[in-house]
Amino acid sequence: MKQLNKFTMTLLSRSSNESFSRVAVTAFIAQLDPTLEEINDIKTAVSEAVTNCIVHAYKNEIGKIYISVRILECNVVEIKIRDKGCGIADVEKAMTPLYSSEGGERAGLGFTVMQSFMDSLRVSSREGKGTTVTMKKRISVRLNGNA
Amino acid sequence: MSVKTEVNGDVMIAYLSGELDHHSAKQIREEIDAAIEANMPTLLVLDFKDITFMDSSGIGLVMGRYKVLSQNGAELSITNPSPQIYKVMQLAGLGRLAKIEKGGLKNETVK
Repeated sequence: MKQLNKFTMTLLSRSSNESFSRVAVTAFIAQLDPTLEEINDIKTAVSEAVTNCIVHAYKNEIGKIYISVRILECNVVEIKIRDKGCGIADVEKAMTPLYSSEGGERAGLGFTVMQSFMDSLRVSSREGKGTTVTMKKRISVRLNGNA
Repeated sequence: MSVKTEVNGDVMIAYLSGELDHHSAKQIREEIDAAIEANMPTLLVLDFKDITFMDSSGIGLVMGRYKVLSQNGAELSITNPSPQIYKVMQLAGLGRLAKIEKGGLKNETVK
């Protein structure tokens, strides 16, 4: 699918960057004139992925989070959130609803939210190397839109 | 992010405002738990009217407060979630733990 536009950014895994990351991604996507619901869905999914990097990938350190957003043909948005943290030993288990390796007050719903709010989700991970989350969503075309 | 609490007899209402994510959840949790301990309500109402964003960290916060309250035989209720917040709550099945009243629609609960 042909790429029409791209935005990349690198952030430190500080929790104070959670809000900025989701706002920055949705600000870039605003050029497609998404609905409020689509903006909120993407914001929530990005927040989950970035929080995973902070809470899990870089549990005991501050590392870099690499975010790229591509606008593809047919109003499709592709968001990649990558870290070079500890990796996930068992991706399938990590994606099980309500499972959290952290316990405590983590709901274990991060991947469930990403799956539900986006059209597709792909997770690739290598222990000790890091994790890449790739999500896609097609933004609806409005009759009077100018996307 | 801030919390204001109001106590009316056995009922405590916590008015939450701002964005509820992993970054802000810790402070909110501590403030609510301190107020629960001080007032020992039989019903805690979490008012989401002024919450502008929430992800699954907010679900963890609600589930955690439910546990704290159940240990004291108290109940939890949620009011005024925005459509985005309601969607996250619905996905998590929070309606099994607390009565959820959407803004202006009394008695509407999450299935």
